[in-house]
Amino acid sequence: MRRIISILLENEPGALSRIVGLFSQRAFNIESLCVAETDEPSLSRITISTFGDDKVLEQITKQVNKLVDVIKVADLTERPHIEREIVLVKVLAMNNKTRTEVMRISDIFRGDIIDVGKQIYTVQLTGDEDKISSFISILSNETEIIEVVRSGTVGIARGEKALRA
Amino acid sequence: MTSERLSGAHLLTKALAELEVEYIFGYPGGSVLDIYDAIFQQDKVNHILVRHEQAATHMADGYTRATGKCGVVLATSGPGNTNCITGIANAYMDSIPMVVLAGQVASSLIGGDAFQETDIVGCSRPIVKHSFNCRDVNEIPNIIAKAFYLAETGRPGPVVVELPKDILNPDIKVPFVMNKEVKIRSYNPNVKGHSKQIKKAVEKIINAKRLVVYTGGGIILANAAEQLTALVERLNAPCTNTLMGLGGISGLHDNFIGMLGMHGTAEANKAMANADIILALGARFDDRVTNKVEKFCPNATIIHVDIDPTSISKTVNAHVPIVGLVDVVMDQINKELDNVDHQPSKDAFKEWWQEINQWRKLNSFSYEKSADVIKPQQVVEAVYKHTNGDAYVCSDVGQHQMFAAQYYPFKKPRQWINSGGLGTMGFGFPAAMGVKIAFPDSHVVCITGDGSIQMNIQEMSTCLQYNLPVVIVSLNNRSLGMVRQWQDMIYGGRHSSSYMESLPDFVKLAEAYGHVGMQVNHPDELDGAIKEAFAIKNRLVFVDVLVDENEHVYPMQVRFGAVDDMWLKKGVKV
Repeated sequence: MRRIISILLENEPGALSRIVGLFSQRAFNIESLCVAETDEPSLSRITISTFGDDKVLEQITKQVNKLVDVIKVADLTERPHIEREIVLVKVLAMNNKTRTEVMRISDIFRGDIIDVGKQIYTVQLTGDEDKISSFISILSNETEIIEVVRSGTVGIARGEKALRA
Repeated sequence: MTSERLSGAHLLTKALAELEVEYIFGYPGGSVLDIYDAIFQQDKVNHILVRHEQAATHMADGYTRATGKCGVVLATSGPGNTNCITGIANAYMDSIPMVVLAGQVASSLIGGDAFQETDIVGCSRPIVKHSFNCRDVNEIPNIIAKAFYLAETGRPGPVVVELPKDILNPDIKVPFVMNKEVKIRSYNPNVKGHSKQIKKAVEKIINAKRLVVYTGGGIILANAAEQLTALVERLNAPCTNTLMGLGGISGLHDNFIGMLGMHGTAEANKAMANADIILALGARFDDRVTNKVEKFCPNATIIHVDIDPTSISKTVNAHVPIVGLVDVVMDQINKELDNVDHQPSKDAFKEWWQEINQWRKLNSFSYEKSADVIKPQQVVEAVYKHTNGDAYVCSDVGQHQMFAAQYYPFKKPRQWINSGGLGTMGFGFPAAMGVKIAFPDSHVVCITGDGSIQMNIQEMSTCLQYNLPVVIVSLNNRSLGMVRQWQDMIYGGRHSSSYMESLPDFVKLAEAYGHVGMQVNHPDELDGAIKEAFAIKNRLVFVDVLVDENEHVYPMQVRFGAVDDMWLKKGVKV
């Protein structure tokens, strides 16, 4: 089962490598990983998209929690939450027909064309994992995809629940 | 506190002295010469010069296991640090507190493949509790205080502190500032067990018909042996220890049913398999205990007390998980027992004991002596006899380790020192040296084999330098006994690389290092030789005992079986 783990940790050199090292050392999966400073500069927030059964997930959260740099860990998928990912897709846009079609699909998905070249369009899109995957798949039916950059998932709990130090 | 200004190296030695560190085990080299110069100029912290950094880590480890005080290792950058890796991993697996001071090339050179540069923090990351990259001279005392705090609290473990050479520079002096009261906002290990869970556990315990108290190294680490014994006596329950937990209750206690697991007693493993309630205290259901996890005690309700939440339900699912310090939780259990209406009766397990006593009659540690060849088991028995069962017994890894665990009943905690988790050959001898430093007047014996002893034999030189008269008893079977045993049992007797051909003359070797060497090869000489070895108090004695090379360690769990599927001896299953 796919899970989104949210981690609040010290913004220290080496802290990220401890998380990544733990996942490989204990043979846990990482589907995607996002990390950045929070509003409080001494803290970082990591979102990891992973998969495993309940037993594996229990170990993942416990093991991550055990790391000295880690302040809090939450499995976002346990409760109502919001997930977002951003993707940048560079496609071939050789003729009017393709250009129109790329623009139309982007509009439907509420994406933006953020760069235009002689023969290329670059589209930006945000959404959850499914939306982004289907966008890429539909786009690939219409034209040749040159490059895809996905940010990986970030997530936040709905309502008042928050991960704070 | 003081306006005195000190260099980084002097800050370090002062911080160690403030933390009452008596010994550092280490080896000098380019990046740590400033530290060595600072050590030279003070007299509170003593440095023990080893012959190989791996031995420094094991000495610190042995010292810690015997005293409970955090051991300290000092090594230079590059090979000095990488040589520590095995010892760090060893301490990590057995949850032994240790602070490793790792020299590093100057900050400006880090990342440039400088001479003797290794990323020791990176190398050791999966085998430390935590590590610090020290980058500011002012931070040294507080980082040292944090390192000790982390190493010793919660589930203990090794902590590496990387010290680049530039922050140790004798010309850069700053005031000494150290907060001994350490607070780390992201680190708050549980102490007390959850009261609801304690209630639940006690309810299970008083309603149990076939209770087993199963304890591990956590009892030793928490100095909770007396509490354990009192609890076991109060419940009149059978108690089994893991390899790491031996000494948690006296090996001579009536309620002790022996070690469990791969080479445990029949009664311990049978009791586990037939238990209705298992009270696990500071043990982690290691694969050397459980055998095939899917077949492990399917009918038992498991109460699991551990300081580390990750240990709970990792391999075996716990029905009543309790996270907390094992000594504190035992207090809570005792208090809760006081509160229940029906006090547990001493006869509650009468029928259970009758059953256990039947299994005891299987006499699973019986072995046949021979008139011509020394059996390894009888060597351990002789060591027990001539040390009155009071010695610190440090073992290496292999058959001799199991024989020592089986045939030397440990009366007290911290008396049995072995590499349980990592299984590090070469651990025993330096560990024994670390113990001898702490307890010079006690018998300290290293029970080893011809394979293991050669993995740190160079330390005989250190023993001469610091006058560490440990007794080395080597069960010499001219082969890697445990490897050979598995080859006999599982690999059709094909002894692939399990011989130790061209063994040295250990007697001459001991003598060459300035010690006493003895060899014994006949059963009739054994008792006298062991007696003589322990009578020599002021010199290291190396007793090379030629034992039966065909002896196997029994009992032994049947591979992939249940906890109590065992070979009692060759061809006899129970």
